[in-house]
Amino acid sequence: MSMDFTKALGVHPDALKLRAERTKILASNIANENTPGFQARDIDFTATLRQTQADETGGLALDTGSADPMYRLPYHAAQDGNTVELGVEQAEFAQNAADFQTSLTFLGMKFRGLAKAINGQ
Amino acid sequence: MSLKHIAQIAGSAMTAQTTRLNTVASNLANAHSAAGSENDVYRARKPVFAALYGGDKFGDSQGAGARVQVLDVVESTEPASKAYEPDNPLANADGVVFYPNVNSVAEMTDMMSASRAFETNIEVLQRVKSMQMSLLKLGDS
Repeated sequence: MSMDFTKALGVHPDALKLRAERTKILASNIANENTPGFQARDIDFTATLRQTQADETGGLALDTGSADPMYRLPYHAAQDGNTVELGVEQAEFAQNAADFQTSLTFLGMKFRGLAKAINGQ
Repeated sequence: MSLKHIAQIAGSAMTAQTTRLNTVASNLANAHSAAGSENDVYRARKPVFAALYGGDKFGDSQGAGARVQVLDVVESTEPASKAYEPDNPLANADGVVFYPNVNSVAEMTDMMSASRAFETNIEVLQRVKSMQMSLLKLGDS
């Protein structure tokens, strides 16, 4: 029986990649907090998460190729055209970092499961 | 993995905010530097920030990331304030000296905004560092 490690790890490597990509976009938003005319962007994680044909595990697959950033709608318009709201961005950044750790934890659990299977425990 | 780019993005923002703090320090330091004519008087300086999309200097694409660049440092066009001080050695024939068009209150708020933005980017860097550290520990039980 051959085993595909990509399948064994499930959705988590792609989720981790997407989280890292989102961290970059959020970091750009925070970095350009004072840039006139800068429009804050973000990616819609759930929209990027698309259901594929059910494989053996019946899991979800991520299409990271189509992670198009969209523009954020600000709560208040700024006079210089900047749409970065620091509180929003910081909250999203913290949440994203926590989600990154979650994906990492899931990956770690997958690896431990594989190691157990390899050792025959 | 794009974590390297995040460090560059946060670093560029920190450089830009440092430039901004630099101009604030210069403006506040020279807020009371008198001059004998309107042309010679110090004028408040302000940096102009712009978002920089695309690759870094190594030709590496950054995808959706945007760094900050300081386009220029421009001088304020507000009129300088005049004061009648005939005792001042810099006064012109009419006894008038010119003081810079620096608004101290605006500069102080600008300074707070710049230092807060700097610290925010430090937080981003620290968070990214801890993410990278946990990534390195992946697989250790």
